[in-house]
Amino acid sequence: MIQAIVFLPLLGAILAGLIALAGAHARNPSGDTVEHGHDDHAHASHAHDDHGHDDHGHDDHHAPAEPPAAGTAAAELITTALLFVSAALSWITFVNVGFMKQDTLVHVLPWINSGDLQIAWSLRVDTLTAVMLVVVTTVSSLVHFYSIGYMDEDPNRPRFFGYLSLFTFAMLMLVTSDNLVQLFFGWEGVGLASYLLIGFWYQKPSANAAAIKAFVVNRVGDFGFSLGIFAIFMLIGSVDFETIFHAAPGLTGKTIDFLGWQVDALTLTCLLLFMGAMGKSAQFLLHTWLPDAMEGPTPVSALIHAATMVTAGVFMVARLSPLFELAPNAQAFVMLIGGTTAMFAATIGLVQNDIKRIVAYSTCSQLGYMFVAMGAGAYSVGMFHLFTHAFFKALLFLGSGSVIYAMHHEQDIRKMGGLWRKIPYTYVTMVIGTLALTGFPLTAGFFSKDAIIESAYVSQNPFAFYGFLMTVIAAGLTSFYSWRLIFKTFHGKPHDQHHYDAAHEPPLWLLIPLGVLAAGSILAGFPFKELFAGHGIEEFFRESLKMHPNIIEEMHHIPETIKNLPFVMMVIGFIVAFIFYIRRPDIPVELAEQQPLLYKFLLNKWYFDELYDVLFVRSAKWLGRVLWKDGDGFIIDGFGPNGVAARVLDAARGVKRVQTGYLYHYAFVMLIGVAGLITWFMFGLGGQ
Amino acid sequence: MTIGLGHYLAVAATLFTLGILGIFLNRKNVIVILMSIELILLAVNINLVAFSSFLHDIVGQIFALLVLTVAAAEAAIGLAVLVVYFRNRGSIAVEDINMMKG
Repeated sequence: MIQAIVFLPLLGAILAGLIALAGAHARNPSGDTVEHGHDDHAHASHAHDDHGHDDHGHDDHHAPAEPPAAGTAAAELITTALLFVSAALSWITFVNVGFMKQDTLVHVLPWINSGDLQIAWSLRVDTLTAVMLVVVTTVSSLVHFYSIGYMDEDPNRPRFFGYLSLFTFAMLMLVTSDNLVQLFFGWEGVGLASYLLIGFWYQKPSANAAAIKAFVVNRVGDFGFSLGIFAIFMLIGSVDFETIFHAAPGLTGKTIDFLGWQVDALTLTCLLLFMGAMGKSAQFLLHTWLPDAMEGPTPVSALIHAATMVTAGVFMVARLSPLFELAPNAQAFVMLIGGTTAMFAATIGLVQNDIKRIVAYSTCSQLGYMFVAMGAGAYSVGMFHLFTHAFFKALLFLGSGSVIYAMHHEQDIRKMGGLWRKIPYTYVTMVIGTLALTGFPLTAGFFSKDAIIESAYVSQNPFAFYGFLMTVIAAGLTSFYSWRLIFKTFHGKPHDQHHYDAAHEPPLWLLIPLGVLAAGSILAGFPFKELFAGHGIEEFFRESLKMHPNIIEEMHHIPETIKNLPFVMMVIGFIVAFIFYIRRPDIPVELAEQQPLLYKFLLNKWYFDELYDVLFVRSAKWLGRVLWKDGDGFIIDGFGPNGVAARVLDAARGVKRVQTGYLYHYAFVMLIGVAGLITWFMFGLGGQ
Repeated sequence: MTIGLGHYLAVAATLFTLGILGIFLNRKNVIVILMSIELILLAVNINLVAFSSFLHDIVGQIFALLVLTVAAAEAAIGLAVLVVYFRNRGSIAVEDINMMKG
């Protein structure tokens, strides 16, 4: 069964890819008329991007310049149906593994067999994997379904669905892996799919730039991750999870030589592995790619950059919890980064104006929450938030997509307003998503988020209080920016009458996934509370997670005031947002004018892009230019080939001047020669 | 003061040097070069005659006559070449004659 779950999406991806290839071949039979194809695409993208300004009904009356590829419907149907099968099987697996305790380990193929390095393709299904399976396949199948409606004007749908399914396959490979190298395979696979999907509208330069940025920033993290894998192999001689966890306790106190320093082996390994997680999960310092990734189509943002891929880092830390539990210093760092990210991303979210970017920063912030739980040693709590977050964040993204669709690809919330009358269904689902995100009682986010804050409060981690403080404050900020998004989008007066008049509820393709996810956002919390953050953890997760001892017990014995703190912060955030954007819309404007420095600082995302531009991009370019101009051009070419050639030319030019053509010069030389000869004979040879 | 061999040789050497310098320092005219060559030949003649007298050997003076004959022939040919050259190139300035340059 697990083979079906993992490989059905791959089958779908291959079929959709073949259809896309056949379509491309049919449109461009000779294969060398690149110019023609390019024109077509440019035109199509124009139709896609700018059609907001002509008021079209929903029908494709301005049919795309490029007709949709043949077999589009087939590609959509195949991939989506396979994903739904996979999702159904995943839920069955979830029940089997989680409640019937039928952990399985399926050996698929041997992969690498080189000396001591033995790696096999195998699928490991324990509760941790089962949770991820459910999240990935459910959200992915809904996003596939949603995309059928959302992408209905794009001529390249087979390619899109192929990428989506490829992504799902890679993600499933990641979560079912039984060793670090297979995990890395999935890790890079989702990175690749993310790159392809961010750059899906490759006619847009900004999309290409964002895709490259995402890829490059992730490589920074992956560098650390691969070093971590090497370190583990060096220490233990295996990359197999079972072997690693078995050998890990014996490594405490062992040191290894790293850049001339004697450092604690486990701490270093965990930090290196966490660096990979920071890149993939867009944590503080490596977060810059995530907001830019919003250049991709909205369903992609929902699937990859909210619900699944960005949580891979969290999953990896949870999977390696036996290692992290042995490295308290690494855990402290995880907590520090998690808390900082939660706070920092939330502050940026306060002032952004692009609807998708607000949700993106919110995602970044929530990932910070998850890492706080990881740092506290409450891995199951982090997984709980991952589980609930997948539902409501996918909902918020798909809801944003629905708003964008209704507004004809307008993403600026300043140009929206009053939309709730026009798209009430979307409005209701978005509000449900927001309630869940802000932690309104009895919604999914309420249980998981509060559990994280409680775990930070009781944790022994040196940064526990910092993490606690940051998450509590961020809870208020989350509430503020989430409600700001809702109020500015759906309430108040329409700011762009033209768009407002043309707005309409999107088709059922978009609404059904919204409804399902809204239901998930409410229901994913309470029934699972005991399993993830209560007394059912031992029974539910068993061997797949190694929790910090007693942390769950302590979480249940904290003061009532602390328990209620996140709720209070949420209410404060809501009230402030209500006053700012409903009662007195002039206050935020005045505030921004009074505090221009702070406002600019937040609006420009703490100037991280600028800082990195100076620190890395420009210095790298500078270094490149120096090596090119001075190193290669001046030194190597100057003293090498070009220099030798120039000196030969100089010498020849000097010698050439001897040959003047004047008779008397030759005569003079001759005379000198004769005189010399005579002198020689008289005083040298002649004088013998 | 008696005029000895040394004085003759000194005169001859002076003339010879003048002839050499005439060839090199001359920037004007090819005719001057011919005249300078003539001067060198005469310096040699003085040497020949002086040694002939000093050594009482008549061969030297006969040889000097031979040199004079050759010099006359050479001057005639040289001037003829010069005339033809002038007709062809319109100039006999030394500066203009550098066709031997590669």
